[in-house]
Amino acid sequence: MREHVLVILPHPDDEAFGVAGLIAQKRKAGIPVTYACGTLGEMGRNMGNPLFANRETLPEIRKKELMDACAAMDIQDLRMLGLRDKTLEFEDDEQLADLFETIIDEVKPTLIVTFYPGHGVHPDHDACGAGVIRALRRKPIEKRPITYCMAITKNRFEVIGEPDVQINITDVADIKLNALKAHRSQTEGMLKAMEEKFLNKDPEVMHWFENEVYYTYKWND
Amino acid sequence: MKRIVPEDVQAYLDTFLNKSVYIHLETTTGSYSAHKDEKSMTVVAFIRNAKVKYQHAKITGNGPYRIGLKLDEGWIYAEGLTDWVYNDHNQLLTAGHNSEGQLAISFQISEKPFHN
Repeated sequence: MREHVLVILPHPDDEAFGVAGLIAQKRKAGIPVTYACGTLGEMGRNMGNPLFANRETLPEIRKKELMDACAAMDIQDLRMLGLRDKTLEFEDDEQLADLFETIIDEVKPTLIVTFYPGHGVHPDHDACGAGVIRALRRKPIEKRPITYCMAITKNRFEVIGEPDVQINITDVADIKLNALKAHRSQTEGMLKAMEEKFLNKDPEVMHWFENEVYYTYKWND
Repeated sequence: MKRIVPEDVQAYLDTFLNKSVYIHLETTTGSYSAHKDEKSMTVVAFIRNAKVKYQHAKITGNGPYRIGLKLDEGWIYAEGLTDWVYNDHNQLLTAGHNSEGQLAISFQISEKPFHN
């Protein structure tokens, strides 16, 4: 089967932090990657330092940053789903799943990456992951693509154990850094401190650029 | 946005008196506050495009500032406002940013609905 990766996440920058290395490696291998991004992060609090955004200009700024990040990772199929930041959990669950199912059926991915439902910390992360799982559950179990989930809760190891997938991304660390940098309104302050440490190979930040870890979603139906 | 000059904001508040206007009012600690510090609650309130009419409006305080709107049958107010802009869409945007420059509160008035 022809490989195709589908990343479904709610916020511009979720992909840069969690999946940029995996994406970059897949693209380097010539594998198509589709990124379905739920919102434009319209409700974010980081407005640039010094300030360059306000509540009404932020969506357009973040849209441009998202496109720049996709260019950095060589993603050629970006879908902006038009949901509003911080509202995913309040959407109708079936409709949210419908939205994801339409893309899944069109793209026919061999691998999906999303958040682990209940372990995303941000309500949008959980709702997004739950929506993807709900959409996949509508298919017979043997037709569901491999699904990698990111978990970031503090109690994840106790509840769901250790992640079973660890990908060394050191060969594409520069691409990941560029993807993070593209999300300027969200990452600029943090990266100023980080970049110097990155260049000095400071272990404190190197873990961001060494490995990405995922849980393969285990179906229990 | 620029630092609030109360007289300038007051002049724009008065232009919306007794008109049907759309309000955006939002305050947030950020969705990760409780994750970063268990002692810190995550608190967010968000209203966008509530349609109201106000008969009286005032900006007060010495900075950060407060803005209150007296409605025919109620009140709306916001505290902690530091910056403002009157944009090309004739919308009065005010916001409060914390010491790290992050948005903590946003209070906005427009005659047309805010883009959703």
